[in-house]
Amino acid sequence: MITFALRRLLATIPTLLVVTLLVFGLVRLLPGDPARLMLGESANPQAIAELRTQMGLDRPIMVQYAAWLADVVRLDLGRSLVDNASVSRIIGQKLPTTIELSLLSMLVALVLAVPAGTIGAVKRGKPIDSAVTVFALAGISLPNFFLGILLIFFFSVQLRWVPASGYVGLLEDPLRNLSLMALPAITIGVGLGAILTRYLRASLIETLSQDYVRTALAKGVPGLAVITRHALRNAMIPVITAFGLQLGTLLGGAIITEQIFSIPGFGRLLVDAVSTRDLPVIQGVVLIAALAVFLVSFVVDLLYAAADPRITYS
Amino acid sequence: MVRTRTPVTTKPLGAPASPWARGFTRFLRNRLALTGLVILLIFSALAILAPVITPYGMAEVNFSRLRAGPSPEHRLGTDELGRDTLTRVIYGARISLTVGLGSVVIAMFVGSLLGMLAGFIGGWFDEVVMRVMDAMLALPFLVLAIALAAILGPNLQNTILAIAIVSTPPFARLTRGQVLGEKARDYVQASTALGARGMRTLLRHILPNILSVIIVQASLAMAIAVLAESALSFLGLGVQPPTPSWGSMLNTSRGYLATQPWMAFSPGTAIFLVVLALNLVGDGLRDAFDPRTRSG
Repeated sequence: MITFALRRLLATIPTLLVVTLLVFGLVRLLPGDPARLMLGESANPQAIAELRTQMGLDRPIMVQYAAWLADVVRLDLGRSLVDNASVSRIIGQKLPTTIELSLLSMLVALVLAVPAGTIGAVKRGKPIDSAVTVFALAGISLPNFFLGILLIFFFSVQLRWVPASGYVGLLEDPLRNLSLMALPAITIGVGLGAILTRYLRASLIETLSQDYVRTALAKGVPGLAVITRHALRNAMIPVITAFGLQLGTLLGGAIITEQIFSIPGFGRLLVDAVSTRDLPVIQGVVLIAALAVFLVSFVVDLLYAAADPRITYS
Repeated sequence: MVRTRTPVTTKPLGAPASPWARGFTRFLRNRLALTGLVILLIFSALAILAPVITPYGMAEVNFSRLRAGPSPEHRLGTDELGRDTLTRVIYGARISLTVGLGSVVIAMFVGSLLGMLAGFIGGWFDEVVMRVMDAMLALPFLVLAIALAAILGPNLQNTILAIAIVSTPPFARLTRGQVLGEKARDYVQASTALGARGMRTLLRHILPNILSVIIVQASLAMAIAVLAESALSFLGLGVQPPTPSWGSMLNTSRGYLATQPWMAFSPGTAIFLVVLALNLVGDGLRDAFDPRTRSG
C-alpha cells in the first residue's frame, strides 16, 4: 500500500510541475505587461517601473519562475496588491467556508443520487426510470446560477423560510450557519447529484447483472437486502471515483454560488480578485484549486486501491 | 489487386449502406434527441433572424416603462432601462450560440490535431503535449476560464478564446486514445505497408474512423461552453453591456427578485433550454454513433 502511494505520488510530480508552469505562465506569458495590467492603462510609467522591479519582472523569465516556485514550495504565494496581506493567509481564511459548503453540497448530491440512481437501475426501462433519466438530464442542464436565483425566489422571497444571503461562521452559531448554507448547498448539490445519478444508475445496472447478485436472489435473500447489502456497495466504487473527478464542478459551483449568496469563501475570493486585478491572488487561487484536484484524485486512488486488492500500480 | 464487382442484389433491401447512414437512422428514431435538435434549430433561427423578428431594438431604452411586467406590447416585460426583454433574450441567443459554436470549433480543431499527432507520432511530442493537457485538466474548468477571461479582458473574442482554451484538453485526450487504438488495426498497417505516408494515413484513413467520436464530444462540449459563457457574463467577465447576454441579464435580475421576478425567468429558461437541447443531441449522437458507450 505504501509503495503504491509513493509510486502514485512520484508519477504526479511531472504533471504537477507543468501545472506550476501553466499557473506562472498564465500571468506572465499572456499578452500585456502584468504591472500595467494591474495598475491600469492610465498609470504613470514610473509607478509601472517600480511595480515591475518589486515583482521581479525585470529579471529573466526562468529566474522569475524558479524564484516563484521556491516561494510556492514554502507556501509563500506572494502578497495581495490590494491590502498587502499574505495570499496564503487570505486563502487559508477563506478555504474552511468553501470546504463546509462543498461537504454539504456532496451530502445533498448523495441524498438525491443514491435513491434516484438505485430506482432507475432497478426499474430499468419502466416509466419511473425515464423520470430519473429526465431528472438527471435536467439537473445537468440547469445552470446553478439560475437554480440559486429560483431557490432564493421561492424559499426566501415567497415563503420567507430562510434568509436570501449572508454568512455566519459555523462555530459562531451552528444553527444559523446551516440555515444560511442550506440553499447554497442545494444549488450546487442538485447538479452534482444529477451527474452522480447517471454514474450510479449505469454502474448499478452492470452490478445487478453479475452472478453473485443472481446467486443471492436465488438463495432467497430479499431484493432490497441484495441491493443495499451487495449490489449498491460494489456499484458505489466507480461512483466514488466519479465524485473525486467532480471536484472541479464543485469548485466551479462554489464560485457562482458564493457570489449569489454573498458567502465569503474561496470562490468569492477569486471573483473579487478578478474585479480588483489582484494577480497574485488570482494566481494563488488557481494554484490551490489545481493542488486540491491533485490531492483529491490521489486520495480517491488510494481509497480505490484499498477497496479493491486487485489494483496495483504499474 | 483484383477488382471484383459486387452485385447490388446481395445488399439487403432497405438496409442503410454506411455506418454514417445507420447512425443517422438511429439518431432520427431517438425522440428525445430529435426534441433537442428541434429546440436548437428554433434558437438558431431566432439568433439568425433576430434583427428581423424582434419588435424593438436590442438597446432601445424606454424610461416610461421601467421593469414593466408582461403585457401585449412587451410579452416578457421590460428590464431596468425599459428595454424589451423578449428582444434581448432573442439577441442573447446570438451571443450564446456564437460563443458555444466558436469556442468548440477552435477547441475541436486544435485539440483533435494535437491529440492525433501525439497519438500518431508518439515519443517526446506525445509526452510534452499530453503532460500539458493533463496539467490543464487539473485546473478546474470554470476557475481557469475565469482567470483567462480576466487576464485577456472581457469581450466577445476573448470569451470565445478563454472557453476554447479550457475546452481543448478533452479533445486531445480523446483523439489520442482513438488514434492509438486505430494504429494497431489492420487497415492502418496495410496502408503503411502499401507505402502511404504518415500524414496521408492519418488524415485519409484514421480521421474518418474517429470523426464520429469527435463530433459526439463536440456536441457535449458545446453544452458546457454555453453554460461557461453564461457563467462568465453572469460574473461580468463576458460580453459587455449594452450587448445582451443571458448570463448578464440574470445577474441584473437578482436585484429585482422580490418585485419583478419575471426578469430572471426568461434568460434563465433560455439557458436551460439550450443546454438541455445540446445535452439531448449529444446523448443521442453518442448512442447513435458510438456503440461502445451506448447507455442502457
